[in-house]
Amino acid sequence: MGTAMTVAVAVSAFAFGIVVGSLGASAKLSHSLALNVLADFYTTIVRGIPELLVIYLLFFGGSGVATSIAAAFGYDGRIDLDAFTIGVLAVGLISGAYSTEVIRGAVQSVPFGQIEAARACGMSRWLILRRVLVPQTLRFALPGLGNVWQLTLKDTALVSVTALAELMRVTHLAAGATRQPFLFYGTAAVLYLVLTTISTALFNRAEISANRGVRRA
Amino acid sequence: MNWQLMWDSLPRMLGGLSLTLQLILGSLALGALVAFAVALLRLSGNRVVETLAAAYVFVFRGTPLLVQIFLVYYGLGQFEFIRDSFLWPFLREPYWCAILALTLNTGAYTSEVLRGAILSVPQGQVEAARACGMSRALAFRRIVLPVAIRQMLPAYGNEVILMVKATSLASTITLMEVTGIARRMIAQTFAVFELFIVAGAIYLVLNFIATRLIKFAEWRLTPYLRARA
Repeated sequence: MGTAMTVAVAVSAFAFGIVVGSLGASAKLSHSLALNVLADFYTTIVRGIPELLVIYLLFFGGSGVATSIAAAFGYDGRIDLDAFTIGVLAVGLISGAYSTEVIRGAVQSVPFGQIEAARACGMSRWLILRRVLVPQTLRFALPGLGNVWQLTLKDTALVSVTALAELMRVTHLAAGATRQPFLFYGTAAVLYLVLTTISTALFNRAEISANRGVRRA
Repeated sequence: MNWQLMWDSLPRMLGGLSLTLQLILGSLALGALVAFAVALLRLSGNRVVETLAAAYVFVFRGTPLLVQIFLVYYGLGQFEFIRDSFLWPFLREPYWCAILALTLNTGAYTSEVLRGAILSVPQGQVEAARACGMSRALAFRRIVLPVAIRQMLPAYGNEVILMVKATSLASTITLMEVTGIARRMIAQTFAVFELFIVAGAIYLVLNFIATRLIKFAEWRLTPYLRARA
């Protein structure tokens, strides 16, 4: 059960992180100085402070912010975010900062000549984005995103401080109840190893499929 | 924003700085020794030893650091023979448990960085050293290692930053370093954002100093790149 929750948090946070990462990367690559500075600020701060602090911030402060945002829209009353939402938001924001850098690097490594060529063929901006930029970016970004995924998976263990019943929390309770901590933390370690091993294999297959159009030397 | 509270909290937070620094420096120093040994074992050519070293790296890179810390702090005490052994006075203390877990964790990551760097030293340089009559050990010490250490610096810089952040996990096993103090003060005052900003700023400054130090080391070790500029 705990493992299913861990996977759920990790997948949601990773997906949220990719959305944030794409937005962050486009902000970093845009010509607007304000957006550049904002995105730089975000990645520097989030990558520079401990993950645990970010989780504490959202855990203790998240509901307050949600309440005041709701109040600004004329809703009075308290909003309490549940532990799952906070966990996904916190880990997603961390994951998003790393994804931003990976995606930015991948976009920049698409040769500019290809975009020029697409333009010369008369493709619109959206068509270029969809047919040229995104498929190529995905190919360059996959190894980096694989790393981000492993980080995200391991960061979900930190969410156990918010009493969400994911793998680590369940283990902690079981270890306390049975007085066999080594057995239970050892089992948790093995489960995490299984998860990382499976995901490494999946990412390798995704990389092969993303690279199918590339001629090997 | 309560500026007065932020200002007043600074001395107490900085009180945790010494413990944070001890954890960082202690585990990085010990971790470097572990990494050096493991990297050599992984390149030793002995199948059994290589598999063991690879298994160590696989386990410590594949599991969350929090699991490793709990395994050491709560888990080891389960065994009678550890509680009876001479190690118990150390392993009973959360301080040494944190150092041990952080050391083993950074040792695994750093050994991979070092192994990659050693493998990236051009074979021709080793051949040239051997042709000059250097023994294998001498060639390793004078040619391979200096080149490898310079190669690994950028990747090692990332690892140092990760370790600075990882020490915050020591707060989960009752150690009162910067994050631990921040959490306790948040519980007392409910000033989440103010205290978060102060604690976050301390870590940012630490990381900033760490990246500068690594940059400086890189600059010192690449005089040949400077001369041409």
